[in-house]
Amino acid sequence: MAELREQVKRKFGDAVLSTHADFGDQTVLLRKESALEVMRWLRDDPSMLFNFMMDLTAVDYLGKKPGDQRFEVVYHLYSLKHNHRIRVKAPVAEDDPTIDSVVSIWKGADWFEREAWDLYGIIFKGHPNLKRILLYEEFVGHPLRKEYPIRKRQPLIGPEN
Amino acid sequence: MMKDNRMDLHTEPFVLNMGPSHPATHGTVRFLLKMDGERILHCETEIGYLHRGFEKHCENGTWTQVFPYTDRLNYNSAIQNNVAYALAAEKLLGITGKMPERCTAIRTIMCELARLADHYTGLGASMLELGALTAFLYFVEARELVWDLIESVCGARLTSNYVRIGGLSTDLPEGFAAHTKQVFATNRVFWTEFDKLLTKNRIFLDRMRDTGALSREDSIAFGFTGPLLRAAGVEYDVRKAHPYLMYDQVDFDVPVGFAGDNFDRYLVRMEEINQSIRIVEQVLAKLPSGPINVDDPAVRNPSKEAVKSRMESMIFHFKNTIEGIQIPAGEVYVPTEGSNGEVGFYLVSVGGGKPWKCRVRPPCFALTQAVGEMVKGGFLSDIIPTFDMVNLIGGECDR
Amino acid sequence: MEELDIEAALGDSVILTQVDRIIGWGRKYSFFLYPFITACCGMEFMSVAGPRYDLDRFGAALPRFSPRQADLLFVVGTISHKQAPILTKVYNQMAEPKWVFAFGACVCSGGMYNNYSTVQGIDTILPVDVYVPGCPPRPEMVFDGLIKLQELVQNERSSKWPRGKAPYEPRVKR
Repeated sequence: MAELREQVKRKFGDAVLSTHADFGDQTVLLRKESALEVMRWLRDDPSMLFNFMMDLTAVDYLGKKPGDQRFEVVYHLYSLKHNHRIRVKAPVAEDDPTIDSVVSIWKGADWFEREAWDLYGIIFKGHPNLKRILLYEEFVGHPLRKEYPIRKRQPLIGPEN
Repeated sequence: MMKDNRMDLHTEPFVLNMGPSHPATHGTVRFLLKMDGERILHCETEIGYLHRGFEKHCENGTWTQVFPYTDRLNYNSAIQNNVAYALAAEKLLGITGKMPERCTAIRTIMCELARLADHYTGLGASMLELGALTAFLYFVEARELVWDLIESVCGARLTSNYVRIGGLSTDLPEGFAAHTKQVFATNRVFWTEFDKLLTKNRIFLDRMRDTGALSREDSIAFGFTGPLLRAAGVEYDVRKAHPYLMYDQVDFDVPVGFAGDNFDRYLVRMEEINQSIRIVEQVLAKLPSGPINVDDPAVRNPSKEAVKSRMESMIFHFKNTIEGIQIPAGEVYVPTEGSNGEVGFYLVSVGGGKPWKCRVRPPCFALTQAVGEMVKGGFLSDIIPTFDMVNLIGGECDR
Repeated sequence: MEELDIEAALGDSVILTQVDRIIGWGRKYSFFLYPFITACCGMEFMSVAGPRYDLDRFGAALPRFSPRQADLLFVVGTISHKQAPILTKVYNQMAEPKWVFAFGACVCSGGMYNNYSTVQGIDTILPVDVYVPGCPPRPEMVFDGLIKLQELVQNERSSKWPRGKAPYEPRVKR
């Protein structure tokens, strides 16, 4: 039985940009346009059956990768039946930080995507309710981006805060 | 006659705000409820009142400076977060196979003690909010005894900061096994008291049975893990699925419910308390001796005697503290079983002494998402047991 | 109540000693707490109220979750910018005399969270009477703070009240 990433590569060919299995974690890097289609296959195909979306997050590679791959949206999936895991990543450009939402595949992706929008500024197309979740509405900026300083004070509250 | 009267009355739903500071929600969360009389039509949950910038702080310090922040994630079971982070960093370093056995055994013991503390706290606070004040006092006393144990090991009752990358900060004290035996004897008596007070209590059953239920398929779609998923009938426990530490060498059962309602969740947590005690006793019986730190000065500081007498040790100590442990580039995700569900750390390193990204997968984030779904169509008073069984820990959910 | 009329009539020109002492004695042994709990310090608060470290010995066992009925605001746990307007609202809703007890390092000064979303000590938005640092503070420290607050309340003058609204109103709507 070939490794999971080999199977994905065989099925989707040029949608897969690269794969690796460092430290035993199967990882595939996809083109963001085909991410939704690949993940639907990952959930429904009988040899894959990734019914749990464990985690959805984003990483900001400012200065480490070129501007059109600055953000990477990372999905961690788990299959209850086959007891295997896979990590799916999709690079997102700095000037066009949009990607399709996977809420239609896993209901639980709702709040995770809102958090990625809140902290990184990545827009998920097709999300029913994309607003801030961990910070208040009047907050300006996306704090987990690398250029946001940690001690920056918002002008909205307190004379010394 | 009364029926006709009711049909002629003009009624409309009203919005009720169960605000962030509420006596019956332990944790800050806000529910906006659209209600028709006593029935809930729609519930919108709002979190984020305790966002403290965990990830941003991790990116600002060295790998070892992350530990105090991980303590305050799930602050009821602080050591579990420490261990989960250390396991992830060690996997990234590639030294998982070189960890001494004593270190692994002690980490297992402390994780299970932390799970005990979390279940006592969660259930105790839930009983307080349901009105069973006596049960709350008993749970708090049981938890104090466990906290005495944790304090004897690492000095702090709650925020332990005990684990380090490549080992632990100190060894177990003398007489730990005897102290543990004494504590467990008392806690077993407490367990029978809780059982007598609650499990067959008419009022408790009325409030918990058939409230807040969520089906198996919905639980999986929402990303539930931990006691709530097991109460819905899915047998998934990271300790059995991907064994880590010493969980494959000890014998324990995983309680699984079938109805997915609040009463099953309560029963699952109560049984997990028993299983945790069983695990700790087994590990203590075969506790190996030996070092508690990995023998690599680039990862774990050498002992104080070595630092003060040998030049190389002092240089390693200095570099580890000022520049941080140098972890090569890569990314890793390590799942562990926390008391609320799967706590996973996703670490990204680009080389160097500081993490590039340190993400924790919060179990109660996924659980709180579904609270709106769980209480829809129920009574207002059903929110209390449902939300209590979710056991939202603000530090973990909002980070 | 009668002493308020006396205060209003006499203002600052007359000092009442024995009456103030009796009122202070009554107030210090009958605090009604409003535990405004957010984070980890809440676990230590549960211990403080629990059977081993007993808050009832000080007469302060009964929490009142309505600001109108409480007089001691226990701020327990980190206050973020999203939470600050709610804290100020609760403080303004409380009836005087009222005291604020800052429980924990995050409340005293922001603790180890010096970042974009944590209030750096609630004394930037509220007047605080007792500061109990610690992360989290041990229950014995909390009692030390409570005893100090009791001394403060015993020696208060009636002309101190009313103190007025919180000095700074956070402008965030939520």
